Amino acid sequence: MSKARASFGRTAGVHVALIAYTLIALFPVFLTIANSFKSRNAIFREPLALPTPETFSLIGYQTVLKQGDFLGYFQNSTIVTVVSIALVLLFGAMAAFALSEYRFRGNALMGLYLALGIMIPIRLGTVAILQGMVATGLVNTLTALILVYTAQGLPLAVFILSEFMRTVSDDLKNAGRIDGLSEYAIFFRLVLPLVRPAMATVAVFTMIPIWKDLWFPLILAPAETTKTVTLGSQIFIGQFVTNWNAVLSALSLAIFPVLILYVIFSRQLIRGITAGAVK
Amino acid sequence: MNASNTKMTDISEIKRPRRWHILVFLLPALIVYTAVMILPLIETLRQSFFNTVEGQYTFVGLSNFKVLFGDPRWAADFWNALKNNFIFFLIHMAVQNPIGIALAAMLSIPKLRFSAFYRTAIFLPTLLSFVIVGFIWKLILSPIWGVAPFLLDTVGLKWLFAPWLGKPDTALIAVSLISVWQYIGIPMMLIYAALLNIPDEVIEAAELDGVTGWSQFWKIKLPLILPAIGIVSILTFVGNFNAFDLIYTVQGALAGPDGSTDILGTLLYRTFFGFQLQLGDRSMGATIAAIMFLIILAGVSLYLFVIQRRMRRYQF
Repeated sequence: MSKARASFGRTAGVHVALIAYTLIALFPVFLTIANSFKSRNAIFREPLALPTPETFSLIGYQTVLKQGDFLGYFQNSTIVTVVSIALVLLFGAMAAFALSEYRFRGNALMGLYLALGIMIPIRLGTVAILQGMVATGLVNTLTALILVYTAQGLPLAVFILSEFMRTVSDDLKNAGRIDGLSEYAIFFRLVLPLVRPAMATVAVFTMIPIWKDLWFPLILAPAETTKTVTLGSQIFIGQFVTNWNAVLSALSLAIFPVLILYVIFSRQLIRGITAGAVK
Repeated sequence: MNASNTKMTDISEIKRPRRWHILVFLLPALIVYTAVMILPLIETLRQSFFNTVEGQYTFVGLSNFKVLFGDPRWAADFWNALKNNFIFFLIHMAVQNPIGIALAAMLSIPKLRFSAFYRTAIFLPTLLSFVIVGFIWKLILSPIWGVAPFLLDTVGLKWLFAPWLGKPDTALIAVSLISVWQYIGIPMMLIYAALLNIPDEVIEAAELDGVTGWSQFWKIKLPLILPAIGIVSILTFVGNFNAFDLIYTVQGALAGPDGSTDILGTLLYRTFFGFQLQLGDRSMGATIAAIMFLIILAGVSLYLFVIQRRMRRYQF
């Protein structure tokens, strides 16, 4: 009896601690979104209150939509992210298949070479990357960003996908070979569909740093037509720093897509981290 | 698997067909990775040995490094950034890991209700971009808006409030804590996964021996999750010595006030691109990038060759 009560007390304590930290994690996001729907006076008078019919206002969003080309920024971010993920998945899966399926001279060395990039950040090569992009005329194009992000995402993708591809049954592939399938057909028609869950994990892991990145858009593609959401909101906020309605609305607009994607993919993401990352 | 592979190589040794498909599979990844990542990295390292002397771009040996370490125009900024970067890292290790472990330990309690909700909510900040995180916290900590003083007031701690981000002696700590707030989800998740991987038999055996609660955590679980803590530490190290975005959004490229939040990433940005009156300097930028590369390489090697080898791994 007393043991049960003690454990009840412990569970309650755990819940209190977790709720407290959850509040710390969510409070800033809540504060931003709630205040973005309020009039300027209400933002300052009662920052913690929810918008009421009297204080409700969309003036911030109107300013953002009128002044900044957020639709364009979203489009740029989406193009860069989607194309980069597609290339990382395709090239990464192909390389992972070669490394895990075939024995050839230099296989282990190749794996090590491709794994270097997991630990060494691509940013350290920025000086020469910018020179290369200037030389090839790719500065201020989305192609420059896509190339950089593809290179950045490949090492981890190859690493995770080759681990998964080792688990695909050899009998299946050999059956395919006996049936006369080419190696390409075995890869595209047998192996790829089987590693789809791993591909989803890789896609989510690749997406987050690309969508969030500020460094490369700032350096490689700062032009108005190629700004990503991250860079666009950074510059917009810098210009409108005293217009709190606009700043909070711009922040909220940048949060929404992340929130929506997270709600959709959170299970995939968390399963990916808790299953594959620590072995 | 082995058997079938040897069979394949046997066949190929007899017929010796060129297995072009291996090359086709490898080539796209290899080209992009090499051209956009490895070659620029090598080229950047190479440029740290070159500089413009009397209008001529020439090999100068280690003199860029000498300038960075000893020249009065550069050395103060560099050592300041390096020192701040270590403090930035130490604050992460001291705050992020204990809280991450505590959260993971609580979440891994069997049959805890709402644990999926807590997990999802606490991980959310990790996904937000630095721009969002930086500005939200700038607003919250701003004395103009008064959210932070108000919240402190409700718990009777209003005297504690100061414009932390604006004072040289607290700005670095404040920025580091914002970064911890953002990244806490990663150690939490990795350690949570490690805790889930501990087999039930080990825990049951401990309970039979009367080891429960706190002492069970310290004596049984903590030693078993040390490899995960090692991974978290090296990820934090690499991330911190490569950090830039958060400081840039909160404090600007000058990493104020008075350079008190300047770290190697912001120093690299200002040096390479120039800022306000300072002109961009490619060679010195490459030199700073080379230093960052060496620091990260040293940290990763230390982890791979010393720490990870000494760590006992338990196979279940």
